[in-house]
Amino acid sequence: MSGPLAIEDLSASYGPIRALNGVSFSVPEGTITAVLGANGAGKTTLLRTIMGLVHPERGAARYGEVDLTRIEVAEHVRHGVAHVPEGRGVIVELTVEENLRLGGLFRRDRAGIRQSIGEVLELFPSLAERRRRSAHTLSGGERQMLAIGRALVARPRLLLLDEPSLGLAPRVTAQIMELLRRLVAEQRLTVLLVEQNARSALSVADRAVVLALGKVVIDDTATAVGAHDSLRHHYLGY
Amino acid sequence: MRLFVNYTLVGVTQGLVYAAVALALVLAWRSTRILNFAQGAMAMITTYIAATLLEHSVGYWEAFIAAIAAGLVIGAVTERLVIRPVEARNPLNAVIVAIGVLIFLEALAAAIWGSVERGFPAPFSLVGYRVGGHGIELAPFDVFVIVAVLVMMALLLALFRFTALGLRMRASAFSPEVAGMLGVRVKRLLTLGWALAAAAGALAGLFVAPSVFLYPQNMDSVLIFGFTAAIIGGLESPLGALAGGLVSGLAWSYVGGYIGPSFQASGAVALLVVVLMVRPSGLFSSPQARRV
Amino acid sequence: MAGVVAEPDPGATAPAAEAEPTAAPPGRSGPAWLRRLRLPTQPFFRHGLLAVLGGVACYLLSVQVSSFANFNIAEVAAYTVVIAGLALLVGGTGQISLGHAALMAVGAYAYADLESHNKHLPLAVGLLLATALTAAAGGIVGAAAARLRGPYLAGVTLALGLAVPQLADHYFSSDQGIPISFTPPSTVEANHWLAWICLLSALIVLFLLANLRTSRWARAFSAVRDDEIAASLAGISVARTQILGFVISAACAGLGGALLALCNLGATSGAFPISLSILLIAGVVIGGTGTLVGAVWGGILVVYGPIWLDDAVGSTTSSLGVNLPSIVFGALIVLVVIFVPNGIQGALNRLGLRVRRAARW
Repeated sequence: MSGPLAIEDLSASYGPIRALNGVSFSVPEGTITAVLGANGAGKTTLLRTIMGLVHPERGAARYGEVDLTRIEVAEHVRHGVAHVPEGRGVIVELTVEENLRLGGLFRRDRAGIRQSIGEVLELFPSLAERRRRSAHTLSGGERQMLAIGRALVARPRLLLLDEPSLGLAPRVTAQIMELLRRLVAEQRLTVLLVEQNARSALSVADRAVVLALGKVVIDDTATAVGAHDSLRHHYLGY
Repeated sequence: MRLFVNYTLVGVTQGLVYAAVALALVLAWRSTRILNFAQGAMAMITTYIAATLLEHSVGYWEAFIAAIAAGLVIGAVTERLVIRPVEARNPLNAVIVAIGVLIFLEALAAAIWGSVERGFPAPFSLVGYRVGGHGIELAPFDVFVIVAVLVMMALLLALFRFTALGLRMRASAFSPEVAGMLGVRVKRLLTLGWALAAAAGALAGLFVAPSVFLYPQNMDSVLIFGFTAAIIGGLESPLGALAGGLVSGLAWSYVGGYIGPSFQASGAVALLVVVLMVRPSGLFSSPQARRV
Repeated sequence: MAGVVAEPDPGATAPAAEAEPTAAPPGRSGPAWLRRLRLPTQPFFRHGLLAVLGGVACYLLSVQVSSFANFNIAEVAAYTVVIAGLALLVGGTGQISLGHAALMAVGAYAYADLESHNKHLPLAVGLLLATALTAAAGGIVGAAAARLRGPYLAGVTLALGLAVPQLADHYFSSDQGIPISFTPPSTVEANHWLAWICLLSALIVLFLLANLRTSRWARAFSAVRDDEIAASLAGISVARTQILGFVISAACAGLGGALLALCNLGATSGAFPISLSILLIAGVVIGGTGTLVGAVWGGILVVYGPIWLDDAVGSTTSSLGVNLPSIVFGALIVLVVIFVPNGIQGALNRLGLRVRRAARW
């Protein structure tokens, strides 16, 4: 699966509350698109809907021939889509290596898993040190790296990240953003990134979509959004 | 001294039977967080199936394998039909459902095979070996029980630690949401967990029947001691089940021998209270921080 | 439930019934006095009134039916007492006990032993002492189990349920147990007398438990049940609350056990097997996850379930016929829990809500 991710008129509610209201935008292949906005703007709902965890009332998230919102969560991996959820989703009872292996379980070429794991461990030396240790010995930043690494072992074409900077120190956040930029450049990954920390997201993103009250306020290049002062003040808080 | 050796041997053999039951309970618990009160009854049914086959001139080992296969089936079917609807709810509901299954199976067995005790053969001699001119409480059959349970434990440990399937099962047990997101078909693995659990239970049923005979309630007290073993062991790992089983079996044997059979269940209670006071989650459980 | 007491409803108020509008909605039909007819709002008096009404209804029922039916009614009342206490433990404090029949046995043996040594012991005194003794035993169990949760508590209570009958057999040296004799007043038939004693006990217990539910203790119970850490941060002693839950439910079990021993003219260990402990839990859940009225359904289930099933599907001619009632019973338990998770009382509450809503239009 490859190509752009097309979000078409996506609407979703939590009970009586309309969290997403007709959201449409496109994530071009091989780019990083950041979804920004204040708390409660609908960013996480958007990602959870695309990830298949929330059922939309309307609309679709098309990737290739598939509508991601209409297939089971467990199917996403099989279509080349990898998730890095909020809170990492690292299984702390398993070792670092076992977590990475889990990422690769559904690849077509099982033989390549070992190699991918090796590559990921090269990418993250601190994980390599703790390869056989249980994941609960990792710090927050290391867990985030493990979650990303695990997603990478699946050799995805599309990577969905939910607030990767949450709870991390600024230096670590910067490292992770830089890593994403490198991966996209080297592997032509497509990345959709939901972020509270607009400044760091805009520093690596190609495009930015700002949400407010479940609607798209602006959908433009990251530079344009970053330069738009009143928008930044109003919706992004700086 | 000889008494002590004999009690110890009996305790070890019995302990491994309890370990098999404990293993069954642990496997079901790990996959679905539900205590399978019907485990004993399921083992009783699979033993009856073996007995019926034996009556029709099937060889012991074929009947043995058939019982284990029947265990796989009965575990999978129970989880899929009866436990799946209540998995997500209040755990008390699952307890009652398992109890309903227990009542159902015991009555079904009585309806099909009658409630009269019947014998069940052992594949090896039940007569103890002789050491230095005295008989000891270890017979060829006991050795078989010990070896079989240890082999089963080893196989399961290997499954969990070294195979992709085992990894998926462990991931599903620890974190079903994350596992699902990674593409694991969690629900199918829950069913598999129960299937394996019932297979382990079937083994226990086959081992118990020669000495306590075969009748619908024959696994009732074995189940309770198996529970004790599972809890002492910490409900988390096959090794815990093994350790818990050995401790329970030895306690059962020593209390029964030195004090009296009427005190065996009390001994189990005392054992539980003491162990849980020292390690509230069981001997082999890993300390989990409580999430506030 | 305002203004209408149709069935014998011994002193209980289903919690859902308490959420009622205090003013009649405008524009409804019916005479004003009927609309104003409501139960007293103060819990103590409301429960008291229900208890008295329930008592009258039960008395009227009892004199109408046969002697044997009275015996069954006595058993239902006794089991209701036990199940109400167990419902408090499970639904109120969130702890599970799979060995409650053991506590019933303690009460039964205590009463029987007291009675056999004091032939002229007044009935009430004997019952109270048996209850107190079992409450103390419950306190010990509760203290030992105070740090245990879920499966661990289940396992300990299960083993206890097996241990107590074994010990009883050993110490009272026969499996015939201890016989009890009692003489009802000369004007009353034995089974009627049993029924009245058991019903009175049940009404008193339900009245007390209903008041407990609306007291401040109930808040401590549900706080501990829902979130121990939060509760202890709020200053509630978790261990003490849990132990109190055990003490109260043990007292109920002891009283119920003593009453049953009275009905069966003796305390025997065979009357309190593990399967009874299990049936009690089933009664709690199926009757109605921890509601007081649900305890009544639970009592009826435990006593009449086997009887009705036997009549409906049982026969003595084939081994299938003999066992079919139990087969159906097991299947019913499974089906009820899957399809009616809030038990009989929960289903009735939902039905009642729908009826009330429909009646407003």
